[in-house]
Amino acid sequence: MIIAEAKPNSELLEMVSDCSKVLVVGCKGCVTVCNVGGAKEVGVLAATLKIARRRQGRTIAVDEVTLERQCDPEYVDEIKDRIGDYDAVISIACGVGPQFLSERYPSARVFPGVNTKFMGGAVAHGVWEERCAGCGQCVIHNFGGICPIARCSKSLQNGPCGGSDHGKCEISKDVDCIWDVIVRKMMSQGRLDELLKFRPPKSWTTSRDGGPRKMIREELRI
Amino acid sequence: MDEFTPRIVAFCCSNCAAAAATIADGLQHVLPENVKIIQVPCTGRIEVLHLLKPFEEGADGVYVAGCQEDSCRYTSGISKAARRVAHVQKILEEIAIEPERIAVFNVSAGMGHAFTEIAREMTRKVREIGPIQA
Repeated sequence: MIIAEAKPNSELLEMVSDCSKVLVVGCKGCVTVCNVGGAKEVGVLAATLKIARRRQGRTIAVDEVTLERQCDPEYVDEIKDRIGDYDAVISIACGVGPQFLSERYPSARVFPGVNTKFMGGAVAHGVWEERCAGCGQCVIHNFGGICPIARCSKSLQNGPCGGSDHGKCEISKDVDCIWDVIVRKMMSQGRLDELLKFRPPKSWTTSRDGGPRKMIREELRI
Repeated sequence: MDEFTPRIVAFCCSNCAAAAATIADGLQHVLPENVKIIQVPCTGRIEVLHLLKPFEEGADGVYVAGCQEDSCRYTSGISKAARRVAHVQKILEEIAIEPERIAVFNVSAGMGHAFTEIAREMTRKVREIGPIQA
């Protein structure tokens, strides 16, 4: 899923400093699962804005809505009859959400309420780790099912660098050297020799180096 | 000038704090009228939004009174509550409100005197800080 974290409330307060009626829009997708942009967090942000205004001796009306997803137009459409009522909209979906809202409602002032961090998963309650860099050409099968692009600090694909120290990466003692993990896994499976196979350089044209990406599947179009 | 009387909401664990309240009552230790009690089966169920709502509705202070860390009825309820109180303190700081307006206290069922003293201590502290509204 996409992992995000809440923006500091001070930043959000500044964004809506001249607004008296705000709509906070959550998303039931990834950001609900990573506890940053679902219905609960919509409620927390709405309460926080009201408390902050109470402090300032001012009032603010904050309405709450949580859409099924903010990355699908049919759900974004659900607020078409009410979005004109607000001075501003704060989307606490990933970076896709506020952009879809902005595109669908060109006259609305849409603010992002979270910082989108990475694609990953929960390794424990309250702990998320990056697993995918979205390079557009998955190669994890060559590395024991582990992605060196997302998980090596240098995205090296040909072995560890000199910064690998007793299984840890030089950037932090809390970060595994993923090449140490890959090599150990391939050894345990008796497939270490596969790492020695010649592979042509990876094409990055499917990644961001190829510019903004778009995908069309004709069989799904209507 | 009239002395400011802070409005305080206390979330109290029904396993320890409520028993302490009963003992306090027996000892005729009266709870200050400005402290409103919300009894919960376990403080571990209290979420961030629960702690923020009283502030939204006009409270000047909030506290959680739950079990001792090493004898929580549900093992880790009070530890979870403490982490959520810490999170709310961070939220309050970000919006320029004194984080001391929210606190967590550990009580056991026999601490009748402490139960009312916590309410008085919180009242004193929040009175010193003043009302939330400028």
